[in-house]
Amino acid sequence: MAIQLESKAPSGPIETRWDRHRFGMKLVNPANRRKYKIIVVGTGLAGGAGAASLGEMGYNVLSFCYQDSPRRAHSIAAQGGINAAKNYKNDGDSIHRLFYDTVKGGDFRARESNVHRLAELSVNIIDQCVAQGVPFAREYGGLLDNRSFGGAQVSRTFYARGQTGQQLLLGAYQALARQIEAGTVKSFPRTEMMDLIVVDGVARGVVTRDMVSGKIEAHLADAVVLATGGYGNVFFLSTNAIGCNATAVWRAHRKGAYFANPCFTQIHPTCIPAAGDYQSKLTLMSESLRNDGRVWVPKSAGDCTRDPAEIAEKDRDYYLERLYPSFGNLVPRDIASRRAKMVCDEGRGVGPEVDGVRRGVYLDFRDSIKRLGEAKIRERYGNLFDMYERITGENPYKVPMRIYPATHYTMGGLWVDYNLMTTIPGCFAAGEANFSDHGANRLGASALMQGLADGYFVLPYVLGNYLASAKLDKVDEGHIEVKKAVADVEERIEKLLGIGGDRSPDSFHRELGNIIWNNCGMARNAKGLEGALERIPALREEFWQNLKVTGTGESLNQTLEKAGRLADFMELGELLCRDALARDESCGCHYREEHVTEEGEAARNDADYQYVAAWEYTGDVSKPALHKEALEFEYVKPVQRSYK
Amino acid sequence: MPMAKAITLHDTTIGKKVVMAVTGLVLYGFVIAHMLGNLQVFMGPEQLNGYAKKLHDLGPLLYAARAVILLALVLHVAMVVQLVSRTAAARPIGYRLKKNQVTTYAALTMKLGGVVLMLFIVYHLAHFTFPGLSMTAGYKHSPTDVYANVVSGFRVPWVTAIYVLAQLCLGLHLYHGAFSLFQTLGLSHPRYVEKARFVAQTLGIAVAAANIAMPVAVVAGIVK
Amino acid sequence: MSKTMNLTLHVWRQKGGTDVGGFETYKAQDISEHMSFLEMLDVVNERLLADGKEPIAFDSDCREGICGMCGMVINGVPHGPNAATTTCQLHMRHFNDGDEVTIEPWRASAFPVLRDLVVDRGAFDRIIQAGGYISASSGSAPEANGLPVPKADADRAMDAAACIGCGACVAACPNASAMLFVAAKAAHLGALPQGQPERWERVKKMVAQMDAEGFGHCSNHYECMAACPKEISVDFIAQLNRDLVRATVVEREHEEKSGGAG
Repeated sequence: MAIQLESKAPSGPIETRWDRHRFGMKLVNPANRRKYKIIVVGTGLAGGAGAASLGEMGYNVLSFCYQDSPRRAHSIAAQGGINAAKNYKNDGDSIHRLFYDTVKGGDFRARESNVHRLAELSVNIIDQCVAQGVPFAREYGGLLDNRSFGGAQVSRTFYARGQTGQQLLLGAYQALARQIEAGTVKSFPRTEMMDLIVVDGVARGVVTRDMVSGKIEAHLADAVVLATGGYGNVFFLSTNAIGCNATAVWRAHRKGAYFANPCFTQIHPTCIPAAGDYQSKLTLMSESLRNDGRVWVPKSAGDCTRDPAEIAEKDRDYYLERLYPSFGNLVPRDIASRRAKMVCDEGRGVGPEVDGVRRGVYLDFRDSIKRLGEAKIRERYGNLFDMYERITGENPYKVPMRIYPATHYTMGGLWVDYNLMTTIPGCFAAGEANFSDHGANRLGASALMQGLADGYFVLPYVLGNYLASAKLDKVDEGHIEVKKAVADVEERIEKLLGIGGDRSPDSFHRELGNIIWNNCGMARNAKGLEGALERIPALREEFWQNLKVTGTGESLNQTLEKAGRLADFMELGELLCRDALARDESCGCHYREEHVTEEGEAARNDADYQYVAAWEYTGDVSKPALHKEALEFEYVKPVQRSYK
Repeated sequence: MPMAKAITLHDTTIGKKVVMAVTGLVLYGFVIAHMLGNLQVFMGPEQLNGYAKKLHDLGPLLYAARAVILLALVLHVAMVVQLVSRTAAARPIGYRLKKNQVTTYAALTMKLGGVVLMLFIVYHLAHFTFPGLSMTAGYKHSPTDVYANVVSGFRVPWVTAIYVLAQLCLGLHLYHGAFSLFQTLGLSHPRYVEKARFVAQTLGIAVAAANIAMPVAVVAGIVK
Repeated sequence: MSKTMNLTLHVWRQKGGTDVGGFETYKAQDISEHMSFLEMLDVVNERLLADGKEPIAFDSDCREGICGMCGMVINGVPHGPNAATTTCQLHMRHFNDGDEVTIEPWRASAFPVLRDLVVDRGAFDRIIQAGGYISASSGSAPEANGLPVPKADADRAMDAAACIGCGACVAACPNASAMLFVAAKAAHLGALPQGQPERWERVKKMVAQMDAEGFGHCSNHYECMAACPKEISVDFIAQLNRDLVRATVVEREHEEKSGGAG
């Protein structure tokens, strides 16, 4: 049963599309709103802001998160900032320029209408956050400060020290807390969504597991919003939190929601390299470090184990400066990441050997310290240097930092229309969980913007429109679909507990992550992807035969939690590779080695691949059906990116 | 819907601490005045006994002052009893291993020191005022010759020992109390906090030293 | 080459909230000095799982020191021996071969143990719900630069807002007091002009909730500040005390009048 992909994006002048669309929406009378129940899964910027805003409007909201408090969602870890087209710096910024930069930065694989709406809403976000008490950095005159970020030629990034994500999330969390107190939102922390309940093709609730008591429960509602973040942990090692998972979106996918562009995953170039095979996660450091640090590796592989201070200037290869003389160390994230991988693949990486390869390149501040003095460098990057030293035990003022790229963000996600609704009516996806705004590559400081735009200013409208137009029958817990969904979850948990094999969830997860990272990471080719597509199903098979989980389902059981999430990653990982194989072009973060320009950059193929790849679950994980949403660019004409 | 009861200061743990700070300040004032009065023991019997008479002659004023001090003491103790009983319930299972990092001996001994001081106050009042007791055979407590009472009492080593011990507790109590007082009343400021700590320490030591000097002087035969 | 070490761990194990707990001793072997403390526990847990035992339950999420989810008392100190460091950012190079390490959960009646080292910090959420916010519904905000905020106030607000809500302050306090947590949020919002309209009601409600949750009182030990991974200053506690006195003694009681638009 194929669904026709209708983006529902309005046409006409792009500046007024959102306004006109909003005017065309149906509304729910304020007195009637409390009669509608809305489930919001996830309490990050999109989910937290969405649940709070819907509660403020008077809807009856149920808010779920797997953490012990809504305040801990992983949006909290974003460091750099949030973009907004305020043009406070009088440097020529505008909504149109932010829109343009975002479409171009996404390498022309995002929907113009969505991106323009995002740029429009960016200004409201800053107003909203300031009113909530978010302590953005200010100038001495008391007005808001901005900095430039991620290659943009204007200063449009608002920030709160190196903790912008934390402060924005606490703003949303406090707004949510206010609604919990007011009784419009009921909060369910330490509660994990295990499945989506679909009745007559419409999303009507979720099945959850209480992570303390193990209780499986059905929660019914008139609409379900999934704001559960990205799937970067499919790689095992990523900058995501340990608990970040794709179960909610994957369960929705299995119930009929199309999964769009799963192969669009972003790798961040400046992370602290893995120190050993016990590594549990990777830590990102702000890429602002590249403003003053110089990236290099030894020219000869033989020098890789030498003390870097003893390696003469002539024996160092400042490869970014050599290859990209005009942008140098400031080339975009994807390029910087790929080049680091290439030099390490050549055997010129530095640092400890993990799985037989040294994966690290130097980010050296020696010259900047010489030029500006240590005090100036400390003022600019002191907190980052401290963090680096805390983790590695090395003093970056004396020894060059070692960095290596790591998975950071996933642009792909559930396919949604302009109303953020998935292909399951009544099931919405917001924030990183959807695919909509960043195309094949996300610009710095844009993730926070999208999460909050969706949460504060899009969900409240689109849900009202949906609820006012949908004709929903009453569903209670006795409904056969509800009972079946609960029984399925119980059965799955029993199955995980009962395998009785020898391998831990983590060991499977590491292996899965390695397969995907090596074949569908920074650079991909058909041969590697085909190999991965053979290995992943085999590993999944082994997982279901040889998994070991101790304890019971009726208590706090972190091994069981990991196993359940991993079971879904095992399936998503395959789709990720399948999508990467099917997209036989390079674009943004998706770099197919078969498609490179003469300069070695990603070569897009607009004639054949200017579309969103939306995958339908067909009942067989290995045989998904591909649907294409063609992308049209009326306002930003596709061009080849060049950073030489 | 019935109106929720308005939150008043003394309902809160902070309010109770504020009451302790204010009453503590009153009691601190009394301790200083008491010390200054008693130090006149070094200026001879006439001076001390004359001062005692002057105090007595204040009549109702003296009783008013005593009432204020007593009230302050009762409130101070009542608040701490309420707070301590709450705190005991705040951590029913303790740590097997707990290392404090910055707190002081004075802060950690506040409660125990307070109990010691309470017992001391009872003893001290009994010794010199209500009713006034003799600590040695052959001496009768005199309502007017305060000097003689002091000398007679402190000639007994265990009496002096009690006083010295109590004054050490008082010094510690005054140190942490005075330092805390500014914080509790919200008057402390990072710019002055180290100075405040120094002043609180110095004053605590000074009061304890001066109060210890008196019985020790008697034992040493300097005051006789 | 990185050093490795062998440690003896004494870990609090407790099946569930109503079960009786106790210490169990485990060997942590071949631990690299570059591991984080939690990665060391991951290694121990993998071994427990291999032996068919239940791994040690502990909370962690971001593992980069910002989410506030992790936290355990390590050898008597919340988050372990390093100042300004969460448990997830503590690395094993600060331990020596042969060390005995005692690991306990946060101890406070307001933070009941759920399992092993996992505690329920819902009390913190309820304190925020009681008033730790500025009422600014989505869509109602004025232009962001319409109200200048002196840089010093914004910086002070940020200093206080850096709190990650981990609960180490409560764990460290000899009285299990939550004053530093409450003070940090009250000071963050109270330092900003946007926070003024609700300032006095906010402190009253938050303090009342703090007391209702069963936290102890503050007796100015300042252990909280020493344990705080974000080094939140006790200066904010002075501010909270001052604000509460003003709120309850000076400020007028707000009365809701009935009636509305006709």
